[in-house]
Amino acid sequence: MELSLATRTVGEHTVLEVGGEVDVYTAPRLRERLLELIDGGARHVIVDLGRVDFLDSTGLGVLVGALKRLRTADGTFALVCDKEPLLKIFRITALDQVFPLHPTVEAATGAGA
Amino acid sequence: MATVRLAFSPAPVHVRTARLVGVAVARRAGVREDLLDEVRLAIGEACTRAVALHRQYGLTDPVLVEMSDAGTYAVRVVDRAPIETGIGLAALDADQLANESLNEDDLTTGVGFALLAGFVEDLQVRPVDDGIGTEVRMVWPLGR
Repeated sequence: MELSLATRTVGEHTVLEVGGEVDVYTAPRLRERLLELIDGGARHVIVDLGRVDFLDSTGLGVLVGALKRLRTADGTFALVCDKEPLLKIFRITALDQVFPLHPTVEAATGAGA
Repeated sequence: MATVRLAFSPAPVHVRTARLVGVAVARRAGVREDLLDEVRLAIGEACTRAVALHRQYGLTDPVLVEMSDAGTYAVRVVDRAPIETGIGLAALDADQLANESLNEDDLTTGVGFALLAGFVEDLQVRPVDDGIGTEVRMVWPLGR
């Protein structure tokens, strides 16, 4: 399934809803969109992975890049994910200790992400 | 003798095709359904690594993927990059991952190896027997 990207605003948060497959071919589009958002002034970004069917190391690299970019800009970055196969990927790579991970967008916004 | 052999030009767009073929052959061979997500991810990571190496060295040779189901489901992903750069498993811990000085390519490589090592119990990365390059060999059991 092709990558899909949609943005919405929840309070002071910018929520990027990602769907489909995030891999070595599609990850550059995700990187571009995140850079557009951050360069456009978004400082509290939540990436909702709820409709992602596949995520590889390239996609994870893009997400870490966005996290670091926002940290240096005094912003925040969080992920929404409740799918066990994806959560396992975060655990195996130790990235569950790097990203704030929340089961829902509401939980992410409530956590002050 | 491989059951299915796939050779693709080293472009990111073809990695998805390799994943789809790898999972289709795994399912046909009798790999358990609950392992197929891991098969898909591991084949994708091995092919992504091979494509990255070919692009890094300007190699146009195809990446080779061989799948066989003689007793187990074995997948070989073969690149043609110089071996001194092709071998080496570098797992990164959380502090290294979050370190500002780690660039995205190195992070992706480390995370890719962590996924391969984490999802494939029987994993080997070794020089190819013929010529230049490395092979990533992954084996899964058959049976439901």
